[in-house]
Amino acid sequence: MNILDRREAVARLLADRGNALVVTGLGSPTYDVHAAGDHDGNYYLWGAMGGAALVGFGVAQAQPGRRVLVVTGDGEQLMALGGLATIAAASPTNLDIVVLDNERYGETGMQISHTGLGIDIAAVAAALGFADSRVVTNDDHLTQLIADHAAPATGPRLAVVKIRAENLPRSMPPRDAVFIKNRFRANLGLTPN
Amino acid sequence: MNVDEIEISVQTDWPRALHGVLRGAGVAHVSYVPDAGHTRLINLCAADPSIVTNVLTTEEEGIAIATGAWLGGTRSAILMQSSGVGNCINMLSLPVIARVPLLILVTMRGEWAEFNPWQNPMGRATQASLEAIGVTVLRADNARDLIDNVEQATTMAYDGDQQIAVLIGQRLLGRKQW
Repeated sequence: MNILDRREAVARLLADRGNALVVTGLGSPTYDVHAAGDHDGNYYLWGAMGGAALVGFGVAQAQPGRRVLVVTGDGEQLMALGGLATIAAASPTNLDIVVLDNERYGETGMQISHTGLGIDIAAVAAALGFADSRVVTNDDHLTQLIADHAAPATGPRLAVVKIRAENLPRSMPPRDAVFIKNRFRANLGLTPN
Repeated sequence: MNVDEIEISVQTDWPRALHGVLRGAGVAHVSYVPDAGHTRLINLCAADPSIVTNVLTTEEEGIAIATGAWLGGTRSAILMQSSGVGNCINMLSLPVIARVPLLILVTMRGEWAEFNPWQNPMGRATQASLEAIGVTVLRADNARDLIDNVEQATTMAYDGDQQIAVLIGQRLLGRKQW
């Protein structure tokens, strides 16, 4: 049962982000995070499908003192189930992955995805040994997830957030990956070459 | 290692020399899918407390991870076999379009004394595929060239925002024993 509104859910997840760094998966998750408010600590993907959680993982390893939140979609994460194994093997304690799951490929015409055919990404993460793995289907679950995200983790955490299958108006961040890179790095005190 | 030690190890133990070059360039992060030709370098990196290592399930993961590491301020390198290059192509869009430094060391198969013909198609396609997506390719068939190429590639990559693959010729790696 998918009842949550994706924009509201993402806005709530990011409302008290503190100094967390955020990486987004291509398509609607990128728009959702941008709609919640552009931020120098966001890195938006417009391609590289399957790369969001792994980019976040790389940031997390380079910045062990910062929490990294990846916001991506079911189709994007399904392309990198093996990547979840790589993350679990390294077991970073500062990486949270949120999979916005409408059980569809929303960007390409709402074709049904594997999660709509019964594949459970949270169960995959649990089997891989993620420190926390859950499915969020209502506001109470989301409130609990936000509270739990605020506490330190013992390993990577993954939440599947079931959202309504709908195409909302796009909220588009810049597509210039170099600009976003330099802005993200400057926010961490890093200078361009 | 000092310069003399590097010179000695180039001749006798190029993986050790490569490890010294990576360390000297400030590489603190290495991801890999294992290859027999990379065994010693992987072991040296894994035993080095100044380098974080990740084993991957497939090579394109390393491209995304290295990009993230650079976003977070860390120099990362990727080790893979030529067969793995084919797995990376779309993910390479990311460092290419974001102009993120990337250094890939590729051990070649399918080009010299290759017993397994299944390696040959991707061996033939390795350099062309990398160049097609926008990665600069250098190649070495002896230890001296390999160290020189990797050393200068660290400058072009990490100081010049380039995406560079160094192909390590199968002849340098030697015949695989079956």
